[in-house]
Order: sequence, then structure tokens, then C-alpha cells
Amino acid sequence: MKNVNRFGYLFIAPFWIIFLIFSIYPVALTFYYSFTNYSGSGPAEVVGLANYKRLLTDSYFVEAFFNTWKIWGINFALQIGLALVLALIFSDMRIKMRGLAFFRSIFYLPNLITISSVALLFGILLDWQHGSLNMILLKIGLISEPINWLNEPATAQLSVSLILTWMWFGHSFIVVMAGVSGISKDYYEAALIDGANRWQTFTKITIPLLKPILLYIMITSLIGGLQLFDLPMLLTDGIGSPDGSLNTMVLYLYNQAFKYNNYGYASAVAYGLFIITLIFSAMVFKGMYRNERKPRQV
Amino acid sequence: MLGKTAAEKEVQLSELTKQQPVVLPSENKRKTKSRISKSIIYILLSLLAVVCFIPFLKMLVNATRSNEAILAGFTLIPGTALLENYRTMMEYVNIWAGFKNSLIISVLVTILSGYFSALTAYGFAFYTFKGKNFLFVFMLVMMMVPGQLGLIGFYELSKNLGILDSYIPLIVPAIASPFVVFFLRQYVQTTLHPSLIEAARIDGASEFKIFHTVAIPIMMPAVATMSIFTFIGSWNNYIMPLVILFSPEKYTLPVLMGFLKGSQVAQNLGSMYLGIAISVVPIMIAFLFLSKYIVNSISAGSIKE
Repeated sequence: MKNVNRFGYLFIAPFWIIFLIFSIYPVALTFYYSFTNYSGSGPAEVVGLANYKRLLTDSYFVEAFFNTWKIWGINFALQIGLALVLALIFSDMRIKMRGLAFFRSIFYLPNLITISSVALLFGILLDWQHGSLNMILLKIGLISEPINWLNEPATAQLSVSLILTWMWFGHSFIVVMAGVSGISKDYYEAALIDGANRWQTFTKITIPLLKPILLYIMITSLIGGLQLFDLPMLLTDGIGSPDGSLNTMVLYLYNQAFKYNNYGYASAVAYGLFIITLIFSAMVFKGMYRNERKPRQV
Repeated sequence: MLGKTAAEKEVQLSELTKQQPVVLPSENKRKTKSRISKSIIYILLSLLAVVCFIPFLKMLVNATRSNEAILAGFTLIPGTALLENYRTMMEYVNIWAGFKNSLIISVLVTILSGYFSALTAYGFAFYTFKGKNFLFVFMLVMMMVPGQLGLIGFYELSKNLGILDSYIPLIVPAIASPFVVFFLRQYVQTTLHPSLIEAARIDGASEFKIFHTVAIPIMMPAVATMSIFTFIGSWNNYIMPLVILFSPEKYTLPVLMGFLKGSQVAQNLGSMYLGIAISVVPIMIAFLFLSKYIVNSISAGSIKE
């Protein structure tokens, strides 16, 4: 048979040409800029580690880091909690819920909508004077005067967290459900025969066997969360108001680069963000698998 | 969801034998109790569904109401100002143009990413060549790199190539989609048997013909799955078009929506709601028909064994 293996290069060539030009080169170029004082025009002067030194002492970046974590943390806890409760309900053999497909679709719907539309929609729904949320709350008497949701640091962050939860719990639910359906029914039947109650079945069978799925959700959500940008950008004035509480790391990066033309420093912010993402992903990995590596004690 | 399994029947049997002689009353009570708790769960689920849906409902209702009516108070009864709102909105932004731009970009991105990823995945799966493993691992490592990392370099590159404010930087990079390649390679390795390729070679088919007539049809289900992801991802992409595009007539829908916020339209809440509704409703309709496939593709994309 003739040698056809040289075709391998031909098949993967388009990918690699584009990949080198549009993915690898920009990443390398950003790396180079992170050591310069490049301002978008004119020559780029190498300044060594100055940008990284500035990054470590930049109170805005530190603030952005904690903002991002706060917003993501609340959202993730709610999102995964909700997804697990729903999975618990729909996977229970004893109550046999119907309508899984219907609820799954409804819960997932918010995730499909363009995030800028979501931001705009909630921007006016949460409006202080004319927003529907305040109008409803006033009407049913839960509050006596309108709450300025997007103008107080705490409520603004909470709003973003809740919007993110609204957008993402359906997605997590689908992924968790897919994981649950991959668990062999034998385990549940055995537990049923042994007289395990719902909670025991859930904590002793479902959760441990879902570990890889939960890890997957956690990592993807974390990476997505650390890159939070669109919502904070579009909900208020685009620079993190009120009081810097919606200033996330990527928003800071964007503004440094494209608003203030600090390309060099913004590149260092990008790499700082990357290192943070790597560290936390590694920590999640380790945390999830730490218990398994230890020899089991009887 | 599940039929009554043998084990469940067994449990009921064992319960019967345990609690001799007659167990019917307690059995009935248990059933009523579970029926009540089931109803409560359904009510809570429906409430959650309403919470998911009410922002959209509010949006649809307010899109038909005039600015004054919206300012006056909360209601779920539609108004009559739909046409007026539409006219006001169109005076400032042509939302359909954004729609068209987004559609062109997303469709091209989906096609390019689907075809070239299949090509690359096939190349990785069925040929042996020097550096193959290195290239594959390198690709996987690059997959972990977040998109923002190269953003500034990407912008500079586009500037130097003179393709800023065009669709090229938004479309062409789709040829290199590491995740899709990774997914398709896993898929094609398990579904396409090498003997099929051998047979085609013996029949005298060229390598590209084999790819197009044998491999592509077999890979199609996986390509379709990934296409849904790619399309949604491209459709919702905000930061890239925001950085690359400058001319309002070239804006994609997400960027146009951001533009809407800062424009005069924002003064008229009815028009604002209508603009958002126009950007949302087609997606909702598409989802109505495709929800099964979308849900399945999310499951397929996240569970790997």
C-alpha cells in the first residue's frame, strides 16, 4: 500500500496556519507587551517587570479580584445548590417526577439569550424609579420605598450574582442530570433494598459518583466567572460603578487597554488573570481529588 | 421517567410480607402523603419556571406599552403602543441590520469551524506522522488558555494586518477551534473503523474523497452537536466584536444592544423593551423547536468517558 501518511500534514495544515496566526501569535505578542510601556501607537519600550510590580500593588486590580470572587462565589453556591436540589428531585425513583424535559428547557432558556440583552433587560427592570422589580415590591408591600439596586455596592454585586444564577442554573442542572443518568440504576436499587432514605442515597451514592461532573462544572464556571465582563460592563457605566463594586478583572483589563490606552499594563493584567485562573483551577483539582489519593484507613 | 423496576416491586413485596397480615391502610396513607409532597414539589417547580420566565414576559408586555404607561405603574396587561415604539426605535438604530450581521458571522463561523475541525480531527485520528502527539498535546494545552489572554495581541495583529472593522478577525479564526477538534477526534476514533478507509482506498478513492464521502457523513452527528455550541458562542460573543468593530452599520447584535443603551432610545422605555424583545424572541422561537437537541448537545459536550 502506498504511503498516505503525508496527507496527515495536509489535513491539519489549515488548522495550524490559522492557529499560529490568530491564537498563538496574539498570546505571545501580549506576553511581549506585558514587559513594555506600549500605548497603542508609537514604539514599545521594554520596561522589564515594572508592569507586574505595579499589578501587585494596584489597589484597583486587587479590588477587582475580590469583586470578581464575591460575585462569582454567591452565584456559584446558589447555582450549584439549585441544580443539585433539582437533580435530587428528578432522579428520585420513589416520587417519579414527570415533565423533566419541559422544566429543563424552561430553566435553560435564560442561558441562550445574548448576555447584552440580558444586561439591558435587567438594567431597566432593576431601575430605581421606574423598574418593574421595585414597582412589584412596593405594590405587595414588601418594601416601603424603592431600593436603588444598581447604585449601592452591595445590592449591585448581589444583582449581578443573582442574574448570573438565573442564567446558569439551568445549564448546570442539565449537566448534573446527564451525570445522574450515567449512574447505574443498580446502586439505587441496592440502596432501596437496604432501606436507605433519600438523603442517604443522595449523599452516599449520587454526590460521590457525580464528583467528576461537579468538578467539570466548577472549573468551567470558575474560568467563566473569572472572565466576567459583559454584565458589569453593560449594567452601569462601564467602569465598575457604583463605587468600583462592579469592577471585575476583565473589565479592568478592557478599560486599561481600550479606554486609557495602557496596552503594556493591560497585557500584564491579562497574564495576571491567567496565572490566577491556573492557580485556582489547580486548587480545585487538588481539593476534589485529595481524599482519594490517601490510603484508606479501616 | 422510569418504569416500575423489578427491584421496586420486590421492595413492595417485602414490605407486604414484613407487615403481616393486612397493610392496606398504611399503604394508602403513604401514597396520599407522597401525592401531597409531589404536588408541593410541582408547585415549587412551576414557581421557579415562572421566575425564569417573568423577565421575558415583562419585556414582551412593556414592549407594547408607551413610555408614559410604563412610568405610571406595573401591569401584565399589554398596551397598544407597539407600532409607535417600533417607529421610535427604528429612527435611532436599525436592529435588523445587527441581526443580519450577527447571523452572517455566526453561520460562517459555524460552517468553517465544523468543516475544518472535522478535517483536522480526521488528520489526527487516521494518519501517523512525525510530531503528531506533540501537536495534539500542544493544542490541548492552548485550549486551557482563556480568550482574554491574547486579546491585546489579537487587536494589534488585526490592526497591523489592516483588518480592523471587518468581519475577517471574527470569522477566520474559527478555522482553528481546539475544543471542537478534540471532541470530533474522540468521536471519529470510536465510530469510524479504519477498515472502511482501507476499503475505500482499495476502490481507488483519493484521500480527500474518502474524507468527504466516508468520514464526513459518519462524523455528522458530532459536528451538528458542536455546531450548536459554536453558533450560540459566536452569537453571544460580545467582547471581540466590541473591540474589533467601529462602524455602527457593522455592529453585531450584542454590540448594537450595548449601543442602544447609550443612545436616545434609552429615554423611551417602551422602545427599549421592544429592541430587547426583537433580539430575544427569535432565539426563543428557535429554542422551542430545537430545545431537545440543544439540551442533548450540552449533555454530550460535558460528559466524556
